[in-house]
Amino acid sequence: MDALILSRIQFALNIAFHFIYPPLSIGIGVFLVIMEGLYLKTKDRKYQQLTKFWVKIFGLTFALGVSTGLVQVFAFGTNWARYSRFVGDVFGSALAFEGIFAFFLEAGFLGVLLFGWNKVKPSVHFLSTICVCLGAHFSAVWIIVVNSWMQTPAGYKIIGEGENARAVVTDIWQVIFNPSSVDRLVHVLIACWTAGAFFVLSVAAYYLLKKKHEEMAHKMVKIALPFAFVVLIMQLFSGDSSAKLVAKYQPAKLAAFEGVFETKPYTPISVAGWVDMENEKVYGLKIPAGLSLLTYHNPKTPVTGLDKFPKEEWPNVRVVFQTYHIMIAVWGLMFLISLIAMFYFWKGKLQEKRWLLWAMVFSVVLPQIAMQAGWFSAEMGRQPWVVYNLLKTASGVTKSLAPVQVISSITMFLFIYILLFALFIFLLDRKIKHGPVDDDEEEARVYSDPYHT
Amino acid sequence: MELSTYQILWYLVIGFLITGYTILDGFDLGVGSLHLLAKGDTNRRVFLNAIGPVWDGNEVWLVVLIGATFAGFPNVYATVLSGFYNLIMLFIFALMFRAAAIEFRSKRESKTWRKTWDIVFAVMSMYLAFSYGLVLGNFVQGIPFNAEGEYVGTFARFFTPYPLIVGLTSFSLLFMHGCIYLLMKTEGEIHDWLRRWLKPSICFFIFSYVLLTVSTLYYAPAMMDRMKEFPVLFVFPVITFICVFMIYYQSTHDRDGWAFVFSSLSITSLFILFGLGTFPNLVHSSLDPNFNLTVYNSSSTAKTLGILLTIVLIGVPMVLAYGYWIYYIFRGKVKLDHTSY
Repeated sequence: MDALILSRIQFALNIAFHFIYPPLSIGIGVFLVIMEGLYLKTKDRKYQQLTKFWVKIFGLTFALGVSTGLVQVFAFGTNWARYSRFVGDVFGSALAFEGIFAFFLEAGFLGVLLFGWNKVKPSVHFLSTICVCLGAHFSAVWIIVVNSWMQTPAGYKIIGEGENARAVVTDIWQVIFNPSSVDRLVHVLIACWTAGAFFVLSVAAYYLLKKKHEEMAHKMVKIALPFAFVVLIMQLFSGDSSAKLVAKYQPAKLAAFEGVFETKPYTPISVAGWVDMENEKVYGLKIPAGLSLLTYHNPKTPVTGLDKFPKEEWPNVRVVFQTYHIMIAVWGLMFLISLIAMFYFWKGKLQEKRWLLWAMVFSVVLPQIAMQAGWFSAEMGRQPWVVYNLLKTASGVTKSLAPVQVISSITMFLFIYILLFALFIFLLDRKIKHGPVDDDEEEARVYSDPYHT
Repeated sequence: MELSTYQILWYLVIGFLITGYTILDGFDLGVGSLHLLAKGDTNRRVFLNAIGPVWDGNEVWLVVLIGATFAGFPNVYATVLSGFYNLIMLFIFALMFRAAAIEFRSKRESKTWRKTWDIVFAVMSMYLAFSYGLVLGNFVQGIPFNAEGEYVGTFARFFTPYPLIVGLTSFSLLFMHGCIYLLMKTEGEIHDWLRRWLKPSICFFIFSYVLLTVSTLYYAPAMMDRMKEFPVLFVFPVITFICVFMIYYQSTHDRDGWAFVFSSLSITSLFILFGLGTFPNLVHSSLDPNFNLTVYNSSSTAKTLGILLTIVLIGVPMVLAYGYWIYYIFRGKVKLDHTSY
């Protein structure tokens, strides 16, 4: 394997592992604001207890988000030097925004959120919670903006030629509000909220099954279940709008999403299927004219197929097709679970349906699967371009890199990620089993000192 | 404004960020380097919690520093990070491992668990404090990169005597800096114990600083060119020495806060010296001075630099204001409670 494919594997590994945590922070952040807001409004101590419990879990996901995110700021320069030179001028402003208005805000106020319960007034603590939540959202804004610019570049011009060519800003507002940024941002944020909601539901369902902290669990379900239901419906519209955008600006990507090899009227949509690259066919369950209808609201309008593009500019259709369909299928599953749970919760029978509670416990992984699959399809669907129609991924890689260097760093990352993930699960498990305990008990619980006992 | 004005202003922003990062994360790394010297679990927890509410925020300065370089000087970002590939990867590894140690150390009560993470925390902190200087030393010495900005040297080339001496200096500086920070944050027995470590740590720093000055004259005499041209600039090395003396003076008079201020000032004046020696180069090629990446030939466009400076002008006062407020909330001596690490 050469340094290019290894660098791509390393980047995918870094970003995929990182992408587990920030969505949880964003999603849980919203719940912290809701719970602490309810506490300040109702003065019900139970809500404070809940907030304190979730702050601890938030702290854990945040810490992992920071240490895995630290890698990303180096990762462009180390493996993608040519790419960094090419996009530097365009990304500069967004990066500065992100650093100043998101990271500093988030990390600064996190200290107050975690350690400031007895040091500041409740209203000031609530303000810090809001700042942390806002900071988490802002950091998603800027990273999605630059990624969207890579999908649908705008507001730039190219100066220099050949190896020295680079993109420079002509209109910063066009860079920020490039054709896909708003749609994609909404899509990602809704996904993050879904991840947060299913996390809260999973913990609540676990307590209901174990008949522990039941009052707390009910409060959590009452907040998170309708929330999950609503955001999942919102995601349907956002997904539709995003797909139309892809049809307009990145037709090769949409063709790969659905495995459309030929441009012809009544383009079908696949529910599930298998791509046969040799015969350029997709086998599986299809709805005739479905894609034409969804994209153009007209069954006759053909959707651009891969035949309109030279073969060397095709993405990896098999992977893009499957990841895209996994994302949609998992959305369906989540919607089904939340619908059934809503029904039984409304009937007051949720606690009796143990199978449903178990499904809710494990459904915490569903938003994660959908997000990873969706991200892979979005990024691999853009290939072979790293900046769509401007710079090929193969041209973006650092030339001086030897494969052995990248193999070593991949090994190192794998080692530390496995360790971090094991610790994350272990500590999460402990925190959840410890539960949202009573305040007085908490205050009385003195840290035991193994060196002096 | 002209492009060159923007470039110099952004250069100053980077200078501000690297100094800020070194002062802030510097004491974190220093505390980590001292960690294993502390005896007993409670003392070690006091150390950890002295940096507890702020280390995350301090590390953000590094992220912002690297981001600011990417934004303003993309060529420098690309050349340095790709050229230093192996060192950067080790640096990232140490940073992540160290962060894991801080988070996880006190989460279980097993002795082995805590001891293992203590060692990880301390060793990684020491390595980071050292390799930070190692990287800066290589900047001074020059890096073998070609006209395209691609590195053409070997890994062993990073470990020549001069960068190693700079590494030693940064280690000793941060060790002393961390010691002073801890003096400020502790009381009672542990405070007296730390006081005994201060004098050796100051001596250690003075020793390595003198060694560094002598070896700069020998290995990188060009660093002195600007000072020879404008002898008035010799005031900065003098300031550094005055600061080091003041650290000792203030802390022996029980003014730990002032000692910390002087420690931070000595870091600042060292970076000023670094800038005076290397300007206008950001990185210079040891192969051909024509390949050098300078403030003038490696920046983003005037338009982008203008936007960046606007953001900084609006954002930085806000960051400093609430940063100060957060340090103010957590002022005073460390007290362990149920929210501690």
